[in-house]
Amino acid sequence: MELAAIFISAVLVQNFVLYYFFGICPFLGVSKKIDSALSMGLAVTFVMTITAVVSWLINNFILIPYGLDYLQIVSFILVIASLVQLVEMFIRKISPPLYQALGIYLPLITTNCAIMGLALIAALNEYNFIETVIFGFGSGIGFTLAIVLMAGIREQLDLADVPIPLKGAGIALIVAGIMALAFNGFLGMIQ
Amino acid sequence: MMDVLVPILTMAGLGFLFSVGLVLAYKKLKVEENPKITEVHESLPQANCGGCGYASCRAFAEALVGGKAEATGCPVGGADTANRIAAILGIDAAEVIKKVARLHCRGTLDAARSRGVYQGIPTCHAAHLVGGTKQCSFGCIGYGDCVEACLFDALYMGEDGLPVVREENCTACGKCVDACPRNLFELHPLSQEILVFCRSEDRGPLARKACKNACIACGICARACPEAIEIADNLARITDFKKIDPEKIPDIEKCPTDAIGRIHKPDEG
Repeated sequence: MELAAIFISAVLVQNFVLYYFFGICPFLGVSKKIDSALSMGLAVTFVMTITAVVSWLINNFILIPYGLDYLQIVSFILVIASLVQLVEMFIRKISPPLYQALGIYLPLITTNCAIMGLALIAALNEYNFIETVIFGFGSGIGFTLAIVLMAGIREQLDLADVPIPLKGAGIALIVAGIMALAFNGFLGMIQ
Repeated sequence: MMDVLVPILTMAGLGFLFSVGLVLAYKKLKVEENPKITEVHESLPQANCGGCGYASCRAFAEALVGGKAEATGCPVGGADTANRIAAILGIDAAEVIKKVARLHCRGTLDAARSRGVYQGIPTCHAAHLVGGTKQCSFGCIGYGDCVEACLFDALYMGEDGLPVVREENCTACGKCVDACPRNLFELHPLSQEILVFCRSEDRGPLARKACKNACIACGICARACPEAIEIADNLARITDFKKIDPEKIPDIEKCPTDAIGRIHKPDEG
């Protein structure tokens, strides 16, 4: 039950994009087409899950036993940077078109604060191993959900008559704000 | 001492561990890239101006190697670059026609009548919103948005209030074409001598009143050379410059307002 609560909380209630406002850069940058948004979401989900696992291992077996908590941020960055490199190589090998579509936003997952935030929040909440995995995976799914919904809306927006000054980033930010309001409606779900 | 050593060793150890992992992964996942892409990329001008239609010189190089772009596609590099690319790719370079940007307006400060004093933001785009500085609503506004846009120092504002193209510097990248709110720039082959230097679609008397050098659609040029010049919307238009017979140039240049003719008059050198 506890695990389900963590999962739902990560996906809906404390959604990384729409509650914490982490990872806005790819959220706005890669949300023009549903296909590439979905791929981006899955790449981020993968990185988030593995980051959660590896950073938990490092945190609990190296940093905490030796009293090196203050190295959390540095060592987590190391984990994230390496993982993103890995994902980048992998996607480039498997699907060059996808690599093209994600473009600069793929290496930029490294500097995506959603991932850093995930590792730090997991450490802060003192989740155990299973909880951390669920939390990481759920957060990734939450990010995917948000970016795919956003992409769906923006595909429709292309056909809409948007006032000229708001075209592009302007209307995207307004839509993101309204989505965040809607997701805030989930707040009462979990204590 | 230990306080310093332990974190250093920890981080170094972690870093080493991850780098070993990445090296192993790289061996497995290495993507063979066509070495020609780098070679072609190095022979491009590295201006990243987008004149070829691709986002960067690198993207253009990839398209070239993939056979999706023409070797002559780079307007900045011109013939030299096209030949080098063709040599690398082992294809024949088509002949490159050097193009330059041409201004289609002769509404100098003397020739075109002013509408009044403009005190707004001194850019063409801003002035264009309120109708420009001159009575002619098609002509050059003269605040030099095009000069600002040019990356190659190929444009400067002349004393007569019109931008001047330095042909030797112009790479036909098209930045000025996009920058002009009145679309007065067009890319033409350097060899094209005869151009219409007006975009005014006002009727003759109106156009004439606004600017001494306006095309009044009298039709002298079209009658002189009907196979290449026609009048439409009160403006002479060159439909196909290759069909202009050099012998007819003097007749074409009988234009009463100087709106059509050679770019460089022989007496100007």
